[in-house]
Amino acid sequence: MIGKQTSDVYESDLQGWQLEKQLRGDQGLEIILAGRWCLDQALPSWEVLKTELGKNDLRRLFFRADQLVAWDTGLLAFLSGVLKFSARHDIEVDCSGLPAGVQHLLNMASVGPEQNIGAGRQSKAGMFSRVGVATIDFCRGFPEMLHFLGEVTLSMGRLLTGRAQFRRSDFWLEVEEVGPRALVIVTVISFLVGLILAYLGADQLRLVGAQIFIADLVAIGMVREVGALMTGIIIAGRTGAAFAAQLGTMQVNEEIDAFRTLGISAIDFLVLPRILALMLMVPLLTLYASFVGMTAGLLVSYFIFDIGFFEYYTETLRALEIKHFMVGLAKGGVYGAMVAYAGCLRGMHCGRSAEAVGEAATSAVVTGILLITIMASLMTIIFYRLGI
Amino acid sequence: MPGTPHIEVCNLTMAYGDFIVQHDLNFVVQKGDIFIIMGGNGCGKTTLMRALVGLQKPAAGTVSYEGEDFWNVSANDQERLKRRFGVMFQGGALWSSLTLAENVALPLHEYTSLPQELVDEIVSFKLALVGLAGFEDFYPAELSGGMRKRAGLARAMALDPDILVVDEPSSGLDPLNARHLDDLILELRDGLGTTIVVVTHELASILSIGSNSIYLDAETHTMIATGNPQQAAQTGDAKVRHFLSRGEL
Repeated sequence: MIGKQTSDVYESDLQGWQLEKQLRGDQGLEIILAGRWCLDQALPSWEVLKTELGKNDLRRLFFRADQLVAWDTGLLAFLSGVLKFSARHDIEVDCSGLPAGVQHLLNMASVGPEQNIGAGRQSKAGMFSRVGVATIDFCRGFPEMLHFLGEVTLSMGRLLTGRAQFRRSDFWLEVEEVGPRALVIVTVISFLVGLILAYLGADQLRLVGAQIFIADLVAIGMVREVGALMTGIIIAGRTGAAFAAQLGTMQVNEEIDAFRTLGISAIDFLVLPRILALMLMVPLLTLYASFVGMTAGLLVSYFIFDIGFFEYYTETLRALEIKHFMVGLAKGGVYGAMVAYAGCLRGMHCGRSAEAVGEAATSAVVTGILLITIMASLMTIIFYRLGI
Repeated sequence: MPGTPHIEVCNLTMAYGDFIVQHDLNFVVQKGDIFIIMGGNGCGKTTLMRALVGLQKPAAGTVSYEGEDFWNVSANDQERLKRRFGVMFQGGALWSSLTLAENVALPLHEYTSLPQELVDEIVSFKLALVGLAGFEDFYPAELSGGMRKRAGLARAMALDPDILVVDEPSSGLDPLNARHLDDLILELRDGLGTTIVVVTHELASILSIGSNSIYLDAETHTMIATGNPQQAAQTGDAKVRHFLSRGEL
């Protein structure tokens, strides 16, 4: 050792780490490490050496570790901080005083095959630019939706000309999933909605002594509007989300890419059976929901408002016309198509991570309900104009 | 350090329902070993690994860590034992909603009370060790498969585990990266004294880093050889020599 000039000692307790610094020659500094440098205790950050290392005339750095008892990543992290700082300030480092294992691992960390090609990421943008980016993304969504709509339409065309390829069993599986398996929830919800309608109507109609018209209200309300709407919303939450999650996971696993490379249309194979299944089953469920709702209306009228059983029945028959059923079925079919379209759209455009699958499922439900509401308004206006 | 049993496996049988994947496995992994679990596709390598790291209860037999039988101690002790091993899964199994740095830092935040600066330093050091310096703020979805795998190794090493279990470390990596990973495994063993269990069928890795091994046979559903892989390649069971010479012997 040449000319020991000053010596500083940092030290924790007896079992702990020790760090000493010694000037060595004119431009050299020796760092002496001793004791235990393990993560089970509080270790110093390399920054305790910042003032010494930052001195302008420092050119060489040495280490001594003959009193080092034990070490792990804690020491490595400390030394790697020191080395990085030295590299930035042109300080020559001589690691020969460190244990061989430490030298090797430090060496591996600095000669990895892919150092620093990631040139850092852009920093967090401000609020306005984030709002702007989100708006642009949102607007870009529309052409995407239209594009997908076009693909689905072409696929429908191929189906009509008998050129679409999908497995019939997939279609029937979806039919089972959407139909029979959704019966319980549809029953419960439409029963309760029918009950609410009956109470709501009875309360108002009692004022003019026209309670018998509860039957008209419930029957036309359920068959024309509410049956289809409630079924559509249930299916959006239940099946639309499931479609998005299934297709999204297939996207993550590159299954959809595999279809593409084989020249099989993923739209034909995956989207078409789902849309067809929903277009078939949602009208049927709508019909079922309407009957359940009318039953609830009947029970409420009979037990609570003293309307005779047959009275209610004939009033219902008198109120209902075939056109109401047609309107209900048409709405059911359109809502089913909307839910399937939204679910498949979000699933097919899903990103490649678990988080993206979650986003796709959420977005499928939101888009599905939004589309249902838009279509409901449009169709109500159109049917009114047509006088149906 | 070598010469002390670290993991002892006794009469281990693994099954899915009635289907027995492997039965009557007996082997000892010494401290500081690089222990290779090898065998053809579908022989149960990964199932054995899952039994070793506490993910899947074996149908029979014991797995002991320094004398503590993992499947017969309390849930608390199991948690304590689990903290001593790091596992690298085949595809990396990174948490996709976290950046690489957050992935590696999570175990450190959960199990240590180190200051943030030190955690950051450890994280970037571990990422540099696997050749991913500068990728701290990337999300797993933005990386290639090989990079995800290496980041998975960095996360497995985060807590300086006594036992590092790696599943197929070099499959899907280019030869240089595979070699770098093999070197890293050797350095971890030499530097930190980590016991390393490697599940693999990459011949180059098996022969260059393995200090001990077992060969699982898919036909008889049990192990048919154990010992240093290089010796096994010369003088071992005919099936093992066949495997280790790519079918030429």
